[in-house]
Amino acid sequence: MAPRESFETVAGCRTHVWRAGDGASLLYLHGSNGASVWLPFMQTLSERFDVIVPEHPGYGLSDTPDWLDTVGDMAYFYLDFIDHFGLDRVHLVGGSLGGWIAAEMAVRDCSHVASLTLVGSAGIHMKGVRKGDMFMWSPEETARNLFHDQALAQKTLAVPMDEAAMLTMIKNRETTAKLAWQPRFYNPDLHKWLHRISVPTLLLWGAEDRLIPAAYGPAFKELIPGARLMTIEKCGHLPQVEKPDVFISTLVGFTEETAR
Amino acid sequence: MKFYFMHLMPYADLDLDYDKKYNSAWVTLPNSYYDPEKGHKLYNRYLDELELADRLGFDGVCVNEHHQNAYGLMPIPAVTAGALARRTKQAKIAVLGRALPLLNNPLVVAEEYAMLDNITGGRLIAGFVRGIGAEYHAWGANPANSHERFHEAHDLIVQAWTQPGPSVYEGKHYHFDYVNTWPRTYQQPHPPIWIPSQGSLETIEFAAAAHHRYTYLQTFSPITALARYMAMYKEVAERNGYTATEEQVGWSVPLYVAETDEIARREAEPHIDAFLNKFLRMPREMLLPPGYTSVRSMMGVMKAKSDIGGRQTIDDVAAKGMFIYGSPATVREKLEEYHKSIGFGHLLMLLQFGTLPAELTRKNIETFAAEVMPFFREARAREPARAVAR
Repeated sequence: MAPRESFETVAGCRTHVWRAGDGASLLYLHGSNGASVWLPFMQTLSERFDVIVPEHPGYGLSDTPDWLDTVGDMAYFYLDFIDHFGLDRVHLVGGSLGGWIAAEMAVRDCSHVASLTLVGSAGIHMKGVRKGDMFMWSPEETARNLFHDQALAQKTLAVPMDEAAMLTMIKNRETTAKLAWQPRFYNPDLHKWLHRISVPTLLLWGAEDRLIPAAYGPAFKELIPGARLMTIEKCGHLPQVEKPDVFISTLVGFTEETAR
Repeated sequence: MKFYFMHLMPYADLDLDYDKKYNSAWVTLPNSYYDPEKGHKLYNRYLDELELADRLGFDGVCVNEHHQNAYGLMPIPAVTAGALARRTKQAKIAVLGRALPLLNNPLVVAEEYAMLDNITGGRLIAGFVRGIGAEYHAWGANPANSHERFHEAHDLIVQAWTQPGPSVYEGKHYHFDYVNTWPRTYQQPHPPIWIPSQGSLETIEFAAAAHHRYTYLQTFSPITALARYMAMYKEVAERNGYTATEEQVGWSVPLYVAETDEIARREAEPHIDAFLNKFLRMPREMLLPPGYTSVRSMMGVMKAKSDIGGRQTIDDVAAKGMFIYGSPATVREKLEEYHKSIGFGHLLMLLQFGTLPAELTRKNIETFAAEVMPFFREARAREPARAVAR
């Protein structure tokens, strides 16, 4: 079933939302590349969940509100978003920048969240463990560095970019810079408050992640009470794209367990 | 037309084969390529060159600001300007820096410019820029806030110079309860403000605003772009209810003059080549970080694709009017033609570029002063000041 598309105004921001499926609500927060395309893993998840994939304020077809300056703003926006949709017991899943947003939401308010899944998540910094500098990477380097399987990188690069896609990319990169340029992809205060996360938490990482190295997995695990970590072998920064089967089965297993 | 010698102070001793290992002379080129012994000599040679221009009657000397690169060794331009302040006697000193958005406290610029203005008795020209994209990588400054921070920093500095202190500044990025700069500027209400730019409507609208009327400087651009932006300034000024004078627009360009066209070409070629293909070299991601330019201009760059970083020859840049070379007669003719058709009041010349050595730089400065400058000086004495040509 194709996803339904709508525009919802939340906190004054006209927001583009994809939604498909029935079941428990699953809110997926995308990474810095945006969510202008409904991806196969979203489709598969929609066979079990009520999958909601918004494009963040400042990304894709969503507006760029004047109030948007930090990931903290983004976190409060999504808490409003949950209220707006009347969601409860929502499974919150965030990849990369989206993971950071989800973590910032969860330290503020977990009352409507059933579980938290962070995939190759940004948000904290470990001294001496450098993240990849995606702002310095060329499009070719970006594709090569995001995937472990270079055939997938080639496939991504082979997709021609039309003008609309170019505009989206420029817009998304600008918002990402605004949120994450300095300090680079983290909030120096977040690590102090991750203990506030009171819902079951799953950390998923590609063992070969070259943007946010897999060493960040154990660091998050140490800071979030009871969090479990799964590192996926032969996988880069995007397990949901590179290893969709493992990603989905792990996520489904985890949410089923938390529902019990 | 007024004449200025603008220096970049490149690390001319750079091993030009660096590009076999590194993709840029900026940000990521290891500073082990820099030899302090050679650097010491270069700094002093370059300062001598600027001082020579002062003695030969140039209207001004210009220093600039770039960070973490071999292209220009003036990360802190106030140091260079300070060294020149006492050794030069008549030339204006234009600091074309300062990259305002990089600063956590822009009041430092209000202070250093005020000091220079006092020491020189009002010979300072105060440049305000955003810096090029590479600066945002080098300093970790956020390119997506660059415009906002530029405008706030500008407002704050002008407030420091023009409002009796202590005053309060309340911005989004900067907030100060005590804006009370000592010393006050020597020139009142403040030193002339110049805005160097690669060209954008937003920058021109800012510079040409009726309450600003700042001098807009077009830097290293094709002559067609120069003409377009100069005309744009004039139009914006008219829309704002006044007529722009030549004093409000300037052009910065590398220039080499020698005995004949042939000699000029032969002597300049390897050095302009190094300037274009070694010192300026950087990937697009370094030059244009996200948010640094508008979405529209970024679109243009993405579509043009190959232009940045492509190899350029002396003939490419000469054909576009981005480099002027030739005999004194040729240089006079070109400048006169451009001046007549475009009408700019300030000509900033890079009389040293890339690897151009001391003896050729000296000859260039002296030949220009002896054989090109007087021609325009005499013409200027005969003509009243003109408005910018349409």
